[in-house]
Amino acid sequence: MTAPALEVQGLAYAYPDGHQALFGVDLRIERGERVALLGPNGAGKTTLVLHLNGIHTPGAGTVRVGGVQLAKDTVRDVRRRVGIVFQDPDDQLFLPTVREDVAFGPANLGLRGPALNAAVDRALAQVGMEGFADRPPHHLSLGQRRRVAVATVLSMEPDILVLDEPTSNLDPASRRELSTVLRGLDPTLLLVTHDLPYALELCPRSVLLDGGVVVADGPTRELLSDEALLAAHRLELPYGFDPSRVPAR
Amino acid sequence: MSAGHGSAGLYRAGHSALHRLPAQCKIAAHLAFVLVVVCTPRETFWPYAAYALLLAAVAAVARVPAGFVARRLVIEVPFVLFALALPFLAHGPRVDVLGVGLSESGLWSAWGILAKATLGVIASVLLAATTSQRDLLLGLERLGMPRTIVQIASFMLRYADVIAGESERMRIARESRGFTPRHLGHLPVVAKSAGALFIRSYERGERVHLAMLSRGYDGAMPRLDSSATPASAWATAALLPLLASVALALAWAGR
Repeated sequence: MTAPALEVQGLAYAYPDGHQALFGVDLRIERGERVALLGPNGAGKTTLVLHLNGIHTPGAGTVRVGGVQLAKDTVRDVRRRVGIVFQDPDDQLFLPTVREDVAFGPANLGLRGPALNAAVDRALAQVGMEGFADRPPHHLSLGQRRRVAVATVLSMEPDILVLDEPTSNLDPASRRELSTVLRGLDPTLLLVTHDLPYALELCPRSVLLDGGVVVADGPTRELLSDEALLAAHRLELPYGFDPSRVPAR
Repeated sequence: MSAGHGSAGLYRAGHSALHRLPAQCKIAAHLAFVLVVVCTPRETFWPYAAYALLLAAVAAVARVPAGFVARRLVIEVPFVLFALALPFLAHGPRVDVLGVGLSESGLWSAWGILAKATLGVIASVLLAATTSQRDLLLGLERLGMPRTIVQIASFMLRYADVIAGESERMRIARESRGFTPRHLGHLPVVAKSAGALFIRSYERGERVHLAMLSRGYDGAMPRLDSSATPASAWATAALLPLLASVALALAWAGR
């Protein structure tokens, strides 16, 4: 049996100022799964995400990515395996051209020359931004920047793609373009969001995090149909949205 | 908000021979030319005319129109004002110009500053008009500028517009709530906005760093560029300072 793509066990973490954000999180994601991580603001979603590639070091518990336990000597390997796309593309895209930004990750992994160019071209093609390689990121629309931000981690060929609030501030067309891109990707996907219809559209399974623990884990449609559960954790479906009437993808 | 377009004012896209020259050659040639100009004795006038002609030739090769350069010379105005004040303020023997007694040494200083500064600014405008900001930084890096400084400068270029946009949104939000700065008493509000902007930018810096770490950044930018500069490019770029230094040599010889 192959190791799961991601295995988090008993993960607890307190910030240096003493604020405890995670109280023992358990999460197992198999290879190729698409999982939504739901939760209200302040639930600990981003703190959890920052543990997945060793930005934060667990106070207690373990994080395993593809069977490799996150530790000082494996952090480089784990960062290649876990690609995080942050919420604000302006935080992610910091170089003068799209090409350089998409090349930054694989170049840090040691790729050079034709291999590097091939990785960049492939990643840009995956998000439908081939024609924009030599443009400065700040001249692109928000939707385009977000797709380029996805390309900057795809070029590292991650095993798991983690997206933090990918739909925030996007117009409906950009939102749909992004979901088309995401549905076409191979890697295991962890989608951090409180955009519940988007979670239903992309992820068959959802995990609900609140107060630093996993409070529910199951099929997205079931989870979203449980009004009492959603209400208890400050999540609400958009007006008139009925998850049971959304056709399966 | 004109995201990213504010800085486009100096660069003029084109495909001239000057545009194609590697940035490091142009930067070195520019520096050498300015040094030659600064070393020229101000008592001899003709070399300055020669330098101006050389720059006109460079502008013609780069297809940069005179009006484009002239508009960007405005940056020199504070220095011009300073230079114009010198004949009135300097001490020493006076000469009569149109009935006004002006300091002779002040007049020479004013001429020297005006001529040398104008030539330097024109050369800089031509460099900036034919070299994108990005290439300027790459050129400086290839000339041996410490990579940390180059990184800081490129972050500045990348985020100047983002931060200016943020500041503009804060201003609009202030004014939407009826605030218009009219007198010094309003300064604390503006100062607090500046403080908030500083903290936001600082936090953004931290988030950018996190995102860089997530992609394997370990403190050094990956070095991607390894191509050597062809000797012919250096030779072409050297033409300007070489011709100028011939004029310089003649000027000193003729004294």
